Amino acid sequence: MKYEVNRLGFYGKYGGAFIPELLHFNIEELEEKYKEIIAEKSFQKEFQALLKDYVGRPSPLYYAKRLSEKYNTKIYLKREDLNHTGAHKVNNTIGQILLAKRLGKTRIIAETGAGQHGVATATVCALMNLKCIVYMGEIDIKRQAPNVARMKMLGAEVRPAKSGSKTLKDATNEAIRDWINNPEDTYYLIGSVVGPHPYPDMVALFQSVISKEIMDQMMDKEGRTYPDRIIACIGGGSNAAGAYYHYLDDNRVELVSVEAAGLGLKSGESAATSVLGSDGVIHGSMTLLMQDKDGQIIEPYSISAGLDYPGIGPLHAHLIETGRSIVLSATDKEALSAGLLLTRLEGIIPALESAHALAALDKIDFKPNEITVVNLSGRGDKDLETYIRELKITE
Amino acid sequence: MGKQRINNIFKSGDNDILSIYVTTGYPELESMPVLVEELAELGVGFIEVGMPYSDPLADGQTIQYSSSIALKNGIDLDKYFAQVHQVRSKVDIPLIFMGYFNQVLRLGVENFLQKCLNSGIDGLILPDLPPEIYKENYKAIFDKYDLSLSFLITPTTSDKRIKLFDELSSGFIYVISGSATTGKTNNFTNSQLEYFKRINRLKLNNPKVIGFGVSNREKYLIANKYSDGAIIGSAYIKALKNSKDYIKTTRQFVDKILKS
Repeated sequence: MKYEVNRLGFYGKYGGAFIPELLHFNIEELEEKYKEIIAEKSFQKEFQALLKDYVGRPSPLYYAKRLSEKYNTKIYLKREDLNHTGAHKVNNTIGQILLAKRLGKTRIIAETGAGQHGVATATVCALMNLKCIVYMGEIDIKRQAPNVARMKMLGAEVRPAKSGSKTLKDATNEAIRDWINNPEDTYYLIGSVVGPHPYPDMVALFQSVISKEIMDQMMDKEGRTYPDRIIACIGGGSNAAGAYYHYLDDNRVELVSVEAAGLGLKSGESAATSVLGSDGVIHGSMTLLMQDKDGQIIEPYSISAGLDYPGIGPLHAHLIETGRSIVLSATDKEALSAGLLLTRLEGIIPALESAHALAALDKIDFKPNEITVVNLSGRGDKDLETYIRELKITE
Repeated sequence: MGKQRINNIFKSGDNDILSIYVTTGYPELESMPVLVEELAELGVGFIEVGMPYSDPLADGQTIQYSSSIALKNGIDLDKYFAQVHQVRSKVDIPLIFMGYFNQVLRLGVENFLQKCLNSGIDGLILPDLPPEIYKENYKAIFDKYDLSLSFLITPTTSDKRIKLFDELSSGFIYVISGSATTGKTNNFTNSQLEYFKRINRLKLNNPKVIGFGVSNREKYLIANKYSDGAIIGSAYIKALKNSKDYIKTTRQFVDKILKS
């Protein structure tokens, strides 16, 4: 494959493992073993069984008839929102928890922004009877009380990240520090295609079940294995990486990544990393990131807590640089109306993250016979309060 | 003067070298040059001049805290280099840039190194630049500049890898005393002492300086017994945090370490 990582974990010039020597031992252990373990028959058997019976896969590829009529084209939705815990995140946590068990780890740590990855991690830790500690920015803890409660009910300890801007990036820093201080018994379960090599590659691999299923489902419904276009939102970029994975080398498929523009690209309140960012190192990986003139990392903004990450996964930085993927952006407002539109046309309330992908439909010139797959990464239950407040639903 | 200034202090035969870490911009925006001058006078061997970073992965709570205050105080790279330049005209003590690789990358590696040389920095410590990536992508550039680059090793670093660090390092090798972010440990354990001995058996080319968890005179002396110097960071920053008169605190702190 053209888009695989090289020996040092780079996709082109992006990626790598820019980590303190204190982490070398942990990363090396993982790097040496992950491919081998994942390829084991017993691993695959357990992984596939859990994806089927616990997560509820395969997730449907749903032909959105009314949405298609509106845009005068053919639009399918890949229904990751129907997964257990409500988003694609669980594909990865199932994979990594099985890996952690095989590495003999007994203590799981994770970072979370909105709490979706935290919930998905706490869920698999409950399932596997492993101790779970989730780092979450102090500010996010206040903003996402229901998810904090869910994690606690699942038996996880939620530790507030009090450093820096007290949000996702700082929760990630705290989780990495915890790992440095507990190298032997602890496994760091990263939630997106970010962080030092081998995480981006590994998380993409676990999420690649999405594109694998799309291939089979496309064959079933359209008599060919590929759509003309896939649209996915990107924060760190794990749902997009999963939806693109088996099509990366297939240039018949246009890959459209949608970033959160927040209040607007030029507003100063945005998370559109590919537009506003530049090359740099964040959380152990060379990628595009939002930074000031001195390389200090800038806190991004989006109404969607899952998209306000100051970097993007190195694979995406590489896809953007090589022109393999194109990037669009959607503002808070555009995402909110796209979310409402899908709700009214199809009876599906999307997560605000996925609503950004849907908002891109307004920005594309479709041909009637073209087939577009939108990766509907998550459901909107967690965002109801925001929808109600912003769209004044109850008035 | 660059590298040579660092090499000189290890060649001078002076035993028990003490190095102190200072956070630029902390406790006050302009305090670093004053502290460096004071530390030089008190007999400190060399100074790690920390440049605060928004996301300092390898630092413990104390230094993180000082960095966030310094950034709030308004420290940036222009001011950092200006302050280094200002104090360099007054002291001859080696000054080592300590920060994160993204800061170097953002300015452009060559540009950054040139600024270091121009301002009077003699070497660098970049805890998140791994040796493999350095060797493949950046060594050729660093080699053009007369600055030392010190890599860090930990108790989990293999002998083979320590040799690689020795080959790539100049100035000195930074021996992290334990597998923890800065400022965590209370005493050197037997396994730490064994680790120091193991490193000594490797007969490295570079002088070795022990850091992370060196917090008092006793540990400073033990560290020096097994190495060529000891670095104190968190304990000093902690002392400054609780101080109203940072010059006086600095004097008392260093005297307590150096004088029996």
